[in-house]
This record gives sequence, C-alpha cells and structure tokens, in this order.
Amino acid sequence: MRFLVDVFNGLRIAFGALRANKLRAGLTTLGIVIGVMTVIMMVVIVMGLNKALKSQLDFLGAETVFVSRWDWQSNNWRDMIKRPDMELDYIDDLRAESREIEAISPFFDQQMTVSYRGAQLSRINIQGVSEEFFLTNPKELAEGRVFTAQEVSRNANVTVVGPDIANQLFPDQSPIGKEIKIGAWNFEIIGVTTKYGKVFGQSWDNFCVIPYGVFQKRFAGQNFDGLTIVAKGRGEDRVEELTWEVTGIMRRLRHLDPREVNDFGINTQSAILEQFNSMTAGVYAGGIIIGFISLIVGGIGIMNIMLVSVTERTAEIGLRKALGAKRWNIAWQFLIESAVICAIGGIVGVALAAGVSQAISSFLPTYMPLWVVLVGVIFSAVVGIFFGLYPSLKAAQLSPIEALRSE
Amino acid sequence: MPDRKSIIDIQDMRKVYDLGTIQVEALRGVNVNILENDYVAIMGPSGSGKSTLMNLIGCLDTPTSGEYILAGERVAHLTDRQLAEIRNRRIGFVFQTFNLLPRASALQNVELPLVYAGESPSERRRRSKEALEAVGLGDRMKHKPNEMSGGQRQRVAIARALVTNPSIILADEPTGNLDSKTGDEIMQLFEKIYANGNTIILVTHEEDIARHARRIIRLRDGLVESDQIVSRAA
Ligand SMILES: Nc1ncnc2c1ncn2[C@@H]1O[C@H](COP(=O)(O)OP(=O)(O)O)[C@@H](O)[C@H]1O
Ligand SMILES: [Mg+2]
Repeated sequence: MRFLVDVFNGLRIAFGALRANKLRAGLTTLGIVIGVMTVIMMVVIVMGLNKALKSQLDFLGAETVFVSRWDWQSNNWRDMIKRPDMELDYIDDLRAESREIEAISPFFDQQMTVSYRGAQLSRINIQGVSEEFFLTNPKELAEGRVFTAQEVSRNANVTVVGPDIANQLFPDQSPIGKEIKIGAWNFEIIGVTTKYGKVFGQSWDNFCVIPYGVFQKRFAGQNFDGLTIVAKGRGEDRVEELTWEVTGIMRRLRHLDPREVNDFGINTQSAILEQFNSMTAGVYAGGIIIGFISLIVGGIGIMNIMLVSVTERTAEIGLRKALGAKRWNIAWQFLIESAVICAIGGIVGVALAAGVSQAISSFLPTYMPLWVVLVGVIFSAVVGIFFGLYPSLKAAQLSPIEALRSE
Repeated sequence: MPDRKSIIDIQDMRKVYDLGTIQVEALRGVNVNILENDYVAIMGPSGSGKSTLMNLIGCLDTPTSGEYILAGERVAHLTDRQLAEIRNRRIGFVFQTFNLLPRASALQNVELPLVYAGESPSERRRRSKEALEAVGLGDRMKHKPNEMSGGQRQRVAIARALVTNPSIILADEPTGNLDSKTGDEIMQLFEKIYANGNTIILVTHEEDIARHARRIIRLRDGLVESDQIVSRAA
C-alpha cells in the first residue's frame, strides 16, 4: 500500500515535470521510439511470415507424417536416390504396431493429362491412395462420395476430383457419374472436393484421386517418385510421439542397425516450419540487435537528459530533503520520471509499429500479438529505469544544504 | 523557569568551509542552549555565520567539530534516514525566498512534508487545509505561487512548516523579502505559533523584527557576541 502511494506520488511528480518540458522529453525519447519500433517491426514481420507459411502448409495437416524415400528438407538427391524403395507392406506393419496412427494410406502421384470429350487439361496431379487417405487429409466433399475399400481392392476405375477439374470440364452440369479420361483410361467421377485455394501461388484444386492399385497398374511410369506413406496421428500435440514411433518401426522394417542413419524420410509440417523458422531467426536476431542498439543509444540520451534535469532541479531536491524526503524518495522520483519518459516512447514506438505493419500488410504478412505490445512498453520502461539509475542516485546523494544553496 | 527542558544544546561548534585554496571559518566555537518554547532571534552582521548556524540546527548540514544535542539525541550519531525523519517531523523550515514548488498549488506545497511522512492522501488534504486556514489562506488553496503576493507565499511556507506539527520552527530571514507591513503580519503569525508552545528560532538583521522574540543571540565573526533576554517593558 505504502509502495503504491509512493509510485503514485512519483508518477504525479514525473508527469508534472514532463508537462513542463514536453518538447525536450519528446526529442529525448526519439531513440527509444525508434528502438522499440524496430524491434517490434522485426517481430511482427517475422511472426507474420512464419504464420503465413504455416497457413500455406496447412494442406499437409499438422498431425500427419509423410514417410518416403525423400527427406523434404534435404537436397542431397544423390544419396537419397540410392535408398531402397518404400514398400506397400510397410503399411500393414505400421498399422499393426503403432499406437499413435489413426489412419494410414499409400500415396502415389504423377502429372497426367485429363480430358472429357474435346476438352483437355494438362499437368493434372493424379494421386493414387486407399480409402483411408480421406481420413488422413483434410479434404472435404462438395458433392458425391469418396471411394470404398471394395472399390480400392477390386481396382475400380473411379475418381474424386478437385473443383478446378469439375469447373473446367463441366462448367454447367454436375460432374458426378461422368466418365473422364486420365491419360488413355476411363474413370467415373464419384465425388468433387470443396475449393481449397492456392498453395505458394499454385491452385491446390486440380487433382484426381484414384485407387492406388489402379495408379500402380496404369501410371507408375517414368518421373515417378515412388510410394509415400501418409499416416495421421491422434492430434497436433502428439505429432512428435507419432514421428518417433513411426521412425522406430520403419528402422526395424528396413533392418537398420543402431549405427546406421535412416534410409527414409519422415516429413511433417512442423519440421518444415522449424526449418523456416530457423532461417527467419537470423533476420529476427539481426533486427533485434539493431533495435537494442538504438534502445541503448536512446537510453544514453535519457541518462543525459535526466542528468540535466537533476542539475536544473537541484534547489527542488534540496527543498524536498529539507522537508523530510529520504534518499530513496528522491531516487524514486527521478527513476519513475525516467521510466515514464521511456514508457511513453515505448507506447509511441508500438503505435508507430502498429501503423506501419497495418500499412504494409497488403504485401507483407504481419502479425502483432498483444504480448509484443506489452513487452515493448515494459521493456522501454526497464531501459528508462536502467539508464535513469545513475542520475537518480546522483540526485539522491546531494546534500540538502548544497542543493538549497544552489538557488 | 526551571521546569523547561533543553531542546537544542550546541557546544563548541565549529564550521569550516574548505574552498581548496582558502578555508572559511564560519563558526569558531559557538555555545548555545535553547529551551522548549523559547523564542530566539539570531542577529549579526552579514557573514557572521547566522545561516550556517541555522542550517546546522536544522540538520541540513554537519559541523566540522563540536557537539549538537537535539532533544536529548546526539545528532552526529544519527543516520541519514533518521536525519530526514527529524527534518520531517520535528523541524519546520521557513526560508527567506519562500522556496515553494512553482508548478504546485498552495495545497500541494503544504502537503509535501506529509507525503514524505507517509500520510494517506485524504489525511494530507485534511491537515494541509487546516494549516492553510490557520495562516489565513483558506480561500487560496488552489492558487499557484505566482498567483499570490509575497506575504501570501510566505504564509504558505509557514503552513508547510507547521503541517507536520513540528516542535521547532526555524526561519532564516523570513521577512527579508517582504515590506514592513507584510513582515509585521508574518511576525503576528509567529507570535501565535509561539503561543501554541512551539520553539521558534529566527534569523534577522532588523532590530524591529528581533524585538518580537523573547531572547536575542548576537553573532559576530563566527562567535556568540551576546545572549540576552528581551525586556518586555514596552
Ligand atoms: N557554502 C559555503 N562555502 C564557502 N563559504 C561559505 C559557505 N556558506 C557560507 N560561507 C561563508 O561563511 C561565512 C558565514 O556565512 P553565513 O552563515 O551565510 O552568514 P550570514 O547568514 O550571517 O550572512 C561567510 O563568510 C560566508 O562567505
Ligand atoms: Mg544568511
């Protein structure tokens, strides 16, 4: 209670002194404003980029692992190409041994031309999967149905297509039940998914999903990446456990001894994000260092102005001491003043950063969470306290008579 | 008056200002004993050491040597914190130049010692209003110093000196910046304070002002020249 009263008194004195010296306080705080603004802009842009990437990668699903010959985050193609192929049998083993997997499906893909009567669409992504694929992937149906286990096991020529295909080949009729050609083969459309949108600027809606047995028979030709096993776990928070478990089972299936490295890739959305975050972390750190430097420069400015203020108010300090102020009363008064100047600088910096990030949000993704605002303001106040310390202690040490006589 | 206790006992006090090349002996062995509810005027020519003595009595400064016993306590043994408390609770200062905070209202100026005494805002307000009313400024509480006359400013300063109920009031040339009529009004106020049982020590170089006191101590060249009871004949 006493403490709050002291803080409140200190604030009142500080605001009084600031009001008397608005311009000077304003100029002094410029360094803090710029420092806080730089740090916050950096955080906001990097967080915005990370968040944007995450939403771009949402199509992968946060709770899903992709097991294949390829490590998505490696470009060591020469080594990876020597790895043995993935085998469909792994799927049954994984399903049997895993406690984390909720749904699992093979996944093959290949670019093919799709046509209906005269109309042709080239470079369409053909995906061969099992019926469980639709459980591993957040695709939703706009129309029709997905294929059944029976259709997969008897290699039925059925397909679920993306809305781009449906719209382009059947602009004004329902595509359900229509026969289209994928390459040279006829497939009956049984379902259309909802629109997903773009991923990295490319439409994510022009694909045909077919039973994997059919895919192997018809399309597993050249330029073929081989099998990817898609396994969905029990939730985003368990993706790490899922990754560990699948890695263990895969190493056994591949007969790797403990010294050998994995000869397969375990890919997840979070691993890609981590890699990206570690790239942006450099930019982040750079920005924060620049911000820090300007905060320190700003802090030195504050220290300077506080020293001037102490000198100017020597008589006032003497009077306060004559009336019973203890050293710490005086120290407090100047510390709070310095903290308030800096906190105001921090608030202005945050406000400017918010304005700038709003202005650039149309071409650069930005994201400003509340904690950034709070940290910005609190941190500036801390800078104020740190650089206000020396002037405050100097004021507190003044002998009352020296101070009174200075008038 | 044998039952009055000594409140200020100064023995062989010296104060030397060290200016590097020269040393100024402002006090050269002063002995003064002041009792409770004394009303003392300190007189003497300019540079005789009056202000120096007052500052030492007020615990604003420390002597070069000598003993100072304030209400039974040896001041030399007190910590900085205890000195601040003494200045806050036992001593009220009135300065020649008023020394008010220019941006603060009369009320806020008077509240200042209570802020450092740790009083609650409502208690501060109540007691400050009381003190301002006691000096006849009940209708000037919201005024800033530059909106008041010299006499009014000095009254605010006196209210500030009285607000913590200190037993000792120290006034260094309180009327020095006032015309003689206003000065007289201020002296009436001191008379009232004295009547309330306070100890008053007042520095002045005007005989008319000193006559209000009950006792006059004259300084010359850093020594007590004379120490007399004022005759109340007139
Ligand atoms: N801070 C100081 N530094 C140096 N000399 C001082 C200081 N204060 C007072 N003096 C000297 O000490 C002597 C007494 O001063 P002071 O007590 O102010 O006298 P008075 O108040 O009687 O005019 C004077 O010679 C003055 O010049
Ligand atoms: Mg003097």
